[in-house]
Amino acid sequence: MAETQENAEQKIFVQNRRGVAGEAWVWFTAMGLTIGVAMVIGLLSLIGFRGLKVFWPQRAVVLQLQSESGSTQTMAGVITKEQEKAGHYEEGSEKQIEWQIFQGNKEVLGLSYKFVDYTDIQKVEYPLNLIRVERLEYGDAFGFPVSLKTPDGGMIDAGDPAFSGELAKAVKQATRVRKEIKTIEKKQIGKINYAIEDKKIKLKGLERKQKAGTAEAEKINAELKDLFARYEILAAKARQLRDQSAGYVLVYKISSGQEKNLPAEKMVDFYFPNQLNRIERFQRFCHRIFHFLADEPREANTEGGVFPAIFGTFVMTVMMSLFVTPFGVMAAIYLREYAKQGVLVQIVRIAVNNLAGVPSIVFGVFGVGFFVYFVGGSIDQLFFADRLPTPTYGTGGILWASLTLALLTVPVVIVASEESLASVPNGMREGSLACGASKWQTIQRVVLPAAAPGILTGFILAMARGASEVAPLMLVGVVKLAPNLPIDNIFPFMHFDRKFMHLGFHIYDLGFQSPDSEAAKPMVFATTLLLISLVVLLNLSAIWIRERLRKKYVVGTF
Amino acid sequence: MNTMTDDLKKTEPKTPPVTVGQETYEKHDQSKSDVRACITVDHYDFFYGKTQAIYDAHFVMPEKQVTAIIGPSGCGKSTLIRNINRMNELVDGVSHTGDIRIYSQSIYDPQLEVTELRKRIGMVFQKSNPFPKSIYENVIYSLRVSGQNRKSILDEVCEMSLKASALWDEVKDRLHQSAMSLSGGQMQRLCIARAIANRPEILLMDEPCSALDPIATAKIEELIYELKKDFTIVIVTHNMQQAARVSDMTAFFYMGNLVEFGETKKMFMSPEKKQTEEYITGRFG
Ligand SMILES: Nc1ncnc2c1ncn2[C@@H]1O[C@H](COP(=O)(O)OP(=O)(O)OP(=O)(O)O)[C@@H](O)[C@H]1O
Ligand SMILES: [Mg+2]
Repeated sequence: MAETQENAEQKIFVQNRRGVAGEAWVWFTAMGLTIGVAMVIGLLSLIGFRGLKVFWPQRAVVLQLQSESGSTQTMAGVITKEQEKAGHYEEGSEKQIEWQIFQGNKEVLGLSYKFVDYTDIQKVEYPLNLIRVERLEYGDAFGFPVSLKTPDGGMIDAGDPAFSGELAKAVKQATRVRKEIKTIEKKQIGKINYAIEDKKIKLKGLERKQKAGTAEAEKINAELKDLFARYEILAAKARQLRDQSAGYVLVYKISSGQEKNLPAEKMVDFYFPNQLNRIERFQRFCHRIFHFLADEPREANTEGGVFPAIFGTFVMTVMMSLFVTPFGVMAAIYLREYAKQGVLVQIVRIAVNNLAGVPSIVFGVFGVGFFVYFVGGSIDQLFFADRLPTPTYGTGGILWASLTLALLTVPVVIVASEESLASVPNGMREGSLACGASKWQTIQRVVLPAAAPGILTGFILAMARGASEVAPLMLVGVVKLAPNLPIDNIFPFMHFDRKFMHLGFHIYDLGFQSPDSEAAKPMVFATTLLLISLVVLLNLSAIWIRERLRKKYVVGTF
Repeated sequence: MNTMTDDLKKTEPKTPPVTVGQETYEKHDQSKSDVRACITVDHYDFFYGKTQAIYDAHFVMPEKQVTAIIGPSGCGKSTLIRNINRMNELVDGVSHTGDIRIYSQSIYDPQLEVTELRKRIGMVFQKSNPFPKSIYENVIYSLRVSGQNRKSILDEVCEMSLKASALWDEVKDRLHQSAMSLSGGQMQRLCIARAIANRPEILLMDEPCSALDPIATAKIEELIYELKKDFTIVIVTHNMQQAARVSDMTAFFYMGNLVEFGETKKMFMSPEKKQTEEYITGRFG
């Protein structure tokens, strides 16, 4: 009898287990999370892998090719991809593989990327003396060094043990001179150009007022003359530097056997990809990443670095945050603390929420119409009339771009701030009022500090959204290549009317607007990785601040 | 404050004796001739929208004594105490008739800034509500909002208030840490320190011990006893023993009505109303 009772108990137990309501839903939720996480991880690892691979100094190969027709060919470069050949296969035939080779030497070979049939490859070699040169123009070059011509007419043979040391010295010197020239041209001559421009505009203004011959105009003319003289001196200095640096010339043979000359001042860097050991490889990897981050773009943005784009993105995001945060928080304070909660406030709230769903391009259009043409145009009329018809603020610029994005992200800030204001316990407000504080004092001294972490969350969301937005920017001031940074050494240091570069737009431009899309692909991945990293970095720093605030105000338990 | 008491002396004869039950307040006053009326609740009705929460309350709380307000939950104790510093005005749609006077001045006097009124009345809430600031900043909050920024004064006030609320020894080494790191009992004492920091005339306490353990409760009761020397204290409590221990006067409310008001000793020994007796002995409520 005892046994049957046990059985019965067991049965009940089993029944109960079956009967737990909603078990299936737990699985659904877990599945949803898994899919989401898998997609994010997949995307990030793809971008991370492809983005970092760009900088890894891969080994270079020399391929002996023989096509079906019997012609032979040698080819040097880096294997970038192995894939199945596209097209239809005959029934039963083997699948054909092809390799994508980055062969560089664009000025000779035309295309820097080429596909070769796997079956055509006769021999694969990794010669130690294969050199890869990064050049100012035409991208990378692969070749076998022959000799180095020195300025005094000498010649160092490639077999000489001193060869690579001398070459490195030559490149280093050339880089230094280039930097000096750049400093002169960009900073000093840039400053003079700016001043000349300014004076010319003043002169034009005087002319318009029919005061062309007056003493004032004369003075400006004299100043102009002086500026031109200074310009000449600097230009001569730059020319002299340029001549000085000339001299070293690398002679190398490309895979087809052709001999080429490359002056050192056209070289950015060089290395022997098959001679590097693991540590050197890693050093070079870091070196290339550094140059990607710190250099300016070359060759229609497909070469060089992305520094101006990083800088533009950063400055714009910070400016946007400076605009959006006070504005959004103030609006939220009014909505939550002062406005009488009623139908009207509810309508306003819904409208604000809906604003977050408006397509971003619409904000771009609004930015052009309102900020650029109306506000910017009016500013030009009032303050920069001398420069018209050349617009100053009446054209896209970093100020208008950040204002447009601020408008775009303000609903996020308002909603998050309102939530966090609402979550501040009423007891705190009462405590403050009971101490004789006015309402504003209460908000300022008690409510806002308590709501700060939540407000920062909104700020983080807004920043992430703003930093990764591209569409509206294209209308209000982003350009493919900006001649100057929005912040520089020329008074007044911050030029909010300037156009700027942006990583998001850079990606678009590289991927879809560049003449050689295959060549731009690695840069697209690298830039995407960078943009994501920048957004993550900005977010992490904001989160760090928030956690510090939280810790400070952590609510004790009884 | 002095001018107020002078005012009071002048106006006192004019106000009629306040009747509470069969006993008049004047009668009570005769036994302690130095006691003056501090808070006068004068035929006070209070409404949340259309619901009336207090019906014609009428009694006087003496100066520098502890008045306990007792009664079952929902009878309007908090409503009354929160009206003394006009805290209930934060609720939408409230209204009142009658008057509450501090000494002889009506709290609804249009010339009286509500912030000024609240600076004269400290309040300790049922649920402790320290600000997300350091302990130090919490205590001197009321001075800061009145524009006092002299460090020497602030330091002195902070130390004095914390000593008065028996918290000084526990926190003197960590004044600049967040107040949120204190225990519940310490928080409540911190709120008391904050309430007395700018030397108000009146201290309102709404169930200050409801969330505390017996030891912390004992400390706060001791504290009330100490504070009585300087402040007029109004305390709401659900704990009959506590009311009996700390208060001099007791008001018993039931469903918004003041049922009985009198000396605590007398009320607990021989209540006049049957309802009071039943509530005090725990037979209903
Ligand atoms: N904000 C409010 N709006 C509307 N009615 C309220 C509000 N606050 C309190 N009341 C009502 O007023 C009456 C008195 O409430 P009150 O908070 O004063 O009770 P209490 O005596 O303090 O009770 P407890 O001992 O539970 O704290 C109750 O019926 C309550 O429902
Ligand atoms: Mg209450």
